[in-house]
Amino acid sequence: MAGPAYIADPPDAVRAVELDGLTALFHRPSGMTHILAAPAPQILAALAAKAGDAEAILARIGERFEIEAEDPAAAIAARLAELEAAGLVRRA
Amino acid sequence: MRDARVLARLLADPSRAGAVEDWTGLLSIARAESLLGSLAWRLKGIRLPDKVAQILEVARRDSETVRTQALWEAEMARRALAPLGVPVILLKGSAYVAAGLAAGVGRSIGDLDILVPRDSLDRVQAALLAAGWEWVKEDAYDDLYYRRWMHELPPLIHKERDRMIDVHHTILPLTARPTPDAAAMIADSARLGNGLGVLSPPDMIVHSAAHLFADGDLAGGLRNLWDIDRLLREFAEADAGFWPKLEERASRHGLLAAVHRAGRLAHDLYGTPVPEIWRVRDSADSLFKARLLARDGWGRATRPALRFAFYVRSHWLRMPPLMLARHLWTKARR
Amino acid sequence: MKHRLDLRIGPVSFRIGSDWRSPLDALRRLYETYPEPDPVADFTVRLEAERVWRRWLRPSVAIRGDYVLPDAAPMALAHGLLAAEMGMNLQMALGQKRFLLLHAATVEKDGRALLMTGESGAGKSTLAALLGERGWRLMGDEFALLDLADGRLHPFPRAISLKNRAIALFDGVAPDRLGPLLADTPKGTIRHLRPGAEAIARMDEPAPPALILFPRYDPGFARAIRPVGAAEVFVRLTQASTNYVALGERGFAALAGLVAAIPARAIDYADTDMAAALVEELWDQ
Repeated sequence: MAGPAYIADPPDAVRAVELDGLTALFHRPSGMTHILAAPAPQILAALAAKAGDAEAILARIGERFEIEAEDPAAAIAARLAELEAAGLVRRA
Repeated sequence: MRDARVLARLLADPSRAGAVEDWTGLLSIARAESLLGSLAWRLKGIRLPDKVAQILEVARRDSETVRTQALWEAEMARRALAPLGVPVILLKGSAYVAAGLAAGVGRSIGDLDILVPRDSLDRVQAALLAAGWEWVKEDAYDDLYYRRWMHELPPLIHKERDRMIDVHHTILPLTARPTPDAAAMIADSARLGNGLGVLSPPDMIVHSAAHLFADGDLAGGLRNLWDIDRLLREFAEADAGFWPKLEERASRHGLLAAVHRAGRLAHDLYGTPVPEIWRVRDSADSLFKARLLARDGWGRATRPALRFAFYVRSHWLRMPPLMLARHLWTKARR
Repeated sequence: MKHRLDLRIGPVSFRIGSDWRSPLDALRRLYETYPEPDPVADFTVRLEAERVWRRWLRPSVAIRGDYVLPDAAPMALAHGLLAAEMGMNLQMALGQKRFLLLHAATVEKDGRALLMTGESGAGKSTLAALLGERGWRLMGDEFALLDLADGRLHPFPRAISLKNRAIALFDGVAPDRLGPLLADTPKGTIRHLRPGAEAIARMDEPAPPALILFPRYDPGFARAIRPVGAAEVFVRLTQASTNYVALGERGFAALAGLVAAIPARAIDYADTDMAAALVEELWDQ
């Protein structure tokens, strides 16, 4: 089950700063700041102005980034729900 | 400073800035009336003492953040309610900034106010609760009172973002005497690019005037009247036939008197161009004007007896006398 | 209002009004050596009688102004000086939008600033005041003002509010620098200390930050120094700021810039001498 498709804002809508293993992210449309741990920043980059479901995201980030989980797609889906609640992704 | 007219005059005519003697007092009045942002944009580019220019520059920047946050709240409400397929119409400050109106420039915005069809209230409530909003008040009496008699759901606040949303189904309480035609307002609303709606220009004026004169004690009235000034100028300039449309709409909603009074007072305080025939003064106008200006140079609310009279009036407007007595009794017993 | 006093502290000017004379007399004495205030004030504080008759009958001071906390408890007139200071704090906390505001103490040496932040009761105010008597320039004990454009810290040297046992540490200072002893306030016993002459004379000289410290105090602590990761520093500083959210992207950029460039340490100390020694040691590195 791939789940619903999501999309994130284009890359220029966010401003990211790497801080010692975590990413501090300023989201311009909301004016909110988020502290994100992997794979959240990677998920956002994979969805920047490009829709995708959990499977598609896994494929996009799989090359450069490995998800350590028994069910990577489920892990992605869980992160997506959190990112949606934070307003960083929305249903496509 | 005796009252707030120095602020009103400066908003109406920024070139008077050179004549201001007590900037500290004026800035305190502007803050107390939630008009600092509006004033800051009106005075942009005007020669000012350095310190004042610096304070207003910061105020302009702050209003940009306020604008971003207000638009974001609207967007998050849109995301939560889009699956319902019901019209969601922005009201007040959020509507002005979303529609790019002059009334939105520098405007302070607190809660998100939206208007939805009455028969969609249950679904709207459920969708908002599912998306992270929660009730502000726990009290059962307030809840019953709200649902039966008010024009809005009890207030909701978002868990994470800590911002409130007011969901209206009409623009005045059901117990108030004018009964505006909410369905007509929704039917006549304009769509923004993202699917959210705003009221038609005449309905925007009617709503603002209703809020000011038909439902409230005039607290924050100077800002409300400034909205009306900005809206009237912009709409009248864009549409030569605006005034008759406004009167027709106002009559339909039973709010012609409120709209006329709004026009007269905006003309009096802000120099808003209104039709000659509107400028027949009503004897109560001077009381309204005094109440609107009741702020001194320390930012304190003045004229306590007058304010109390308007406070009583606001309750009387909302409820038939018997209900009012019963309501105040129940509240007093807490 | 009946009585009025204007004050300038660093880049911020206050207009303070009062229904009674005594709080402003005390404030005037405490800030006697400060420079001329600006003709235009950034913020207005009002010390008001809660009810008309409370001006005379069991006088009770409500703290109001441009920005108010709706359910703030009024204070006794005897604590009027404290009410005035709290009123200024309130305007800064709720209304300051020109600088990024951090609840922190700041001291300066050799043109660079040390920022100390953390929980209340960690003794940052006392530590900063002590360092101010030992060769450091005090820039502020309550609020650090971070410039959004260039990342420098601006001095905001208010009178330091010493609490309870810390008061005794400053018995040796010139008596005119001390305010009245205020007993039984909501925060215990308090005495205000005017910053030294140098701090006041140089209140318009900003300084770039060079070190961030998170001090923790407990008489039972062993002396300790720990590094603090950048992400943790960032989060803790946003928590220590009352206006971070209101400043939007500029606030984010300023804070990220600060955190990325400036080292941070957590220190544990059991007494102020130990703390001062830790500070000197880390500063020399």
